[in-house]
Amino acid sequence: MNRFDYARPATIAEAVALAAEPGATYLAGGTNLLDLMKGDLVRPARLVDVTHIPGLDAIEPLADGGVRIGALVRNADLAHDADFARRFPAIAEALLAGASAQLRNAATAGGNLLQRTRCAYFYDAASACNKRTPGAGCDARGGETRMQAVLGWSEHCIATHPSDFCVPLVAFDAIVEIEGPKGRRECPLEHFHRLPGDTPERESDLAPGEMITAVRLPGAAAQFAGHARYLKVRDRTSYAFAIVSAAAALRLDGETIVEARLALGSVAAKPWRAHAAEALLAGAQANEANFRRAAEAALAEARPAGANGYKIELARRVVRRAFILAHAGTPARIQALPASPFATGALRHV
Amino acid sequence: MQPDRHAPPSSLSRARTRAFRLNGRAHAALVADHVLLLDYLREGLGLTGTKRGCDGGECGACTVLIDGRPRLACLTRAGECAGHQVETIEGLADGGRMSPLQRAFHERLGTQCGYCTPGMIMAAEGLLRRNPDPDEAAIRAALAGNICRCTGYVKIIEAVQSAAGSAR
Ligand SMILES: Cc1cc2nc3c(=O)[nH]c(=O)nc-3n(C[C@H](O)[C@H](O)[C@H](O)COP(=O)(O)OP(=O)(O)OC[C@H]3O[C@@H](n4cnc5c(N)ncnc54)[C@H](O)[C@@H]3O)c2cc1C
Ligand code: SF4
Ligand code: FES
Ligand code: FES
Repeated sequence: MNRFDYARPATIAEAVALAAEPGATYLAGGTNLLDLMKGDLVRPARLVDVTHIPGLDAIEPLADGGVRIGALVRNADLAHDADFARRFPAIAEALLAGASAQLRNAATAGGNLLQRTRCAYFYDAASACNKRTPGAGCDARGGETRMQAVLGWSEHCIATHPSDFCVPLVAFDAIVEIEGPKGRRECPLEHFHRLPGDTPERESDLAPGEMITAVRLPGAAAQFAGHARYLKVRDRTSYAFAIVSAAAALRLDGETIVEARLALGSVAAKPWRAHAAEALLAGAQANEANFRRAAEAALAEARPAGANGYKIELARRVVRRAFILAHAGTPARIQALPASPFATGALRHV
Repeated sequence: MQPDRHAPPSSLSRARTRAFRLNGRAHAALVADHVLLLDYLREGLGLTGTKRGCDGGECGACTVLIDGRPRLACLTRAGECAGHQVETIEGLADGGRMSPLQRAFHERLGTQCGYCTPGMIMAAEGLLRRNPDPDEAAIRAALAGNICRCTGYVKIIEAVQSAAGSAR
């Protein structure tokens, strides 16, 4: 790990001023950043530790029935907040399907959004990586591509965004609240992460020095609570990143779908909202044939980035299954194996 | 090693006095900003019960409690503990008497080579404080981040069940 200047601001304004220096980086739970620094993969000159700024760790209900999640709310605290889990069950399920208890106790909402890819070549300093060193090339192309993207990738970068949390968030129109040198602004999560194009080193909409202060969910998101699921397929049933995941939610009038929501995870450099699939389901009957058509539509533009074509068919099946589960209804309690296709029963793990 | 390109040479990684509670006792020390809790415990204080496995968040061997909650010492700066309570495996025994969990791991054969054991016990300790009567699913979930290459986990889960049962 390189030596760095460490600053612990007490206000957002102070933090933004401190982060304006070139080479400065925000530090939250540190579960991703410190790991990357240990590998000398990133070498920030200054860490601006935002964890002591008061007021950023609240879960606040909003007048419209939505919620504001402070950037410093720990992943575990959000998942275990009973009111939050009741109104946004697919988000709680996604959080509990991510990482481990120890990591969720440290990881923050803001840090989760900005976690870096898990591309193995990105993590290997000896490999060429356009994300780490713009213009260096991409050793993942023609290399090990099993986990890489099938949507939205470019020849410059085929990596995925690995977050579970972001997948239901983007399905439910979450908004990112941002503060920076030019003041306050917000950005829909759907437009927050960027596709690689020819600048894979630019991963989000944040300008230098800007920080996330909160993530907001509109009240409409809570209307799906009865039929909202997250499904995550991975190499082992716990403590692994997704190969493919999906957040699927339905608003039903009898067996007619009033509105559907769908987003996919670990298929692209951003959490992937599937509007075409949602449009197809609106007004349709909630049945397997229609879920199958929605899955086709969601993956219509997918193409393998190497030997990972299997992810396209896997993603279709995950979408179909996620809708079947959402249609069956959100279980009263989160399952013992959150988001796992192998989960049975409704044992609660607190 | 290359010098840092952006870094102003002066204020880098200052050693600061950090006060926290370690295993129930007040503790103050000069700790540099970049020092990780795992290195500080093992190399700075000689508390080698907390193990270094993967050194990157993947194995749970370095699990300690911060304010009663399981955390990974390999991904936590020592300085972050200022003002908080840190507990390691060394703090569980009371005057040489094993804690109920330690005794249960010993009696139920929840430990073989022992390398994962401190992390397992601290993760389980964090669970039992939050939920004194966990079902098997809750135990599995709480220990999902702790990897063991010896036991096959069954004996570990039985040990935690036994400690929870004897506390009832
Ligand atoms: C072994 C392991 C397994 C994991 N498994 C999963 C998994 O299955 N699913 C999953 O979703 N995640 C997983 N994770 C990732 C984990 O969720 C992230 O590391 C965590 O969410 C990051 O949050 P943090 O607060 O620790 O961020 P930090 O490490 O502190 O920061 C991460 C990045 O965000 C920036 N940042 C943080 N907060 C702000 C802010 N408020 N404003 C601006 N920038 C900010 C930092 O500068 C940094 O670039 C895993 C991690 C590990 C180590
Ligand atoms: S896929 Fe992206 S992150 Fe991975 S090596 Fe290529 S450029 Fe780097
Ligand atoms: S040494 Fe910390 S998780 Fe492996
Ligand atoms: S007892 Fe050997 S690793 Fe668990």
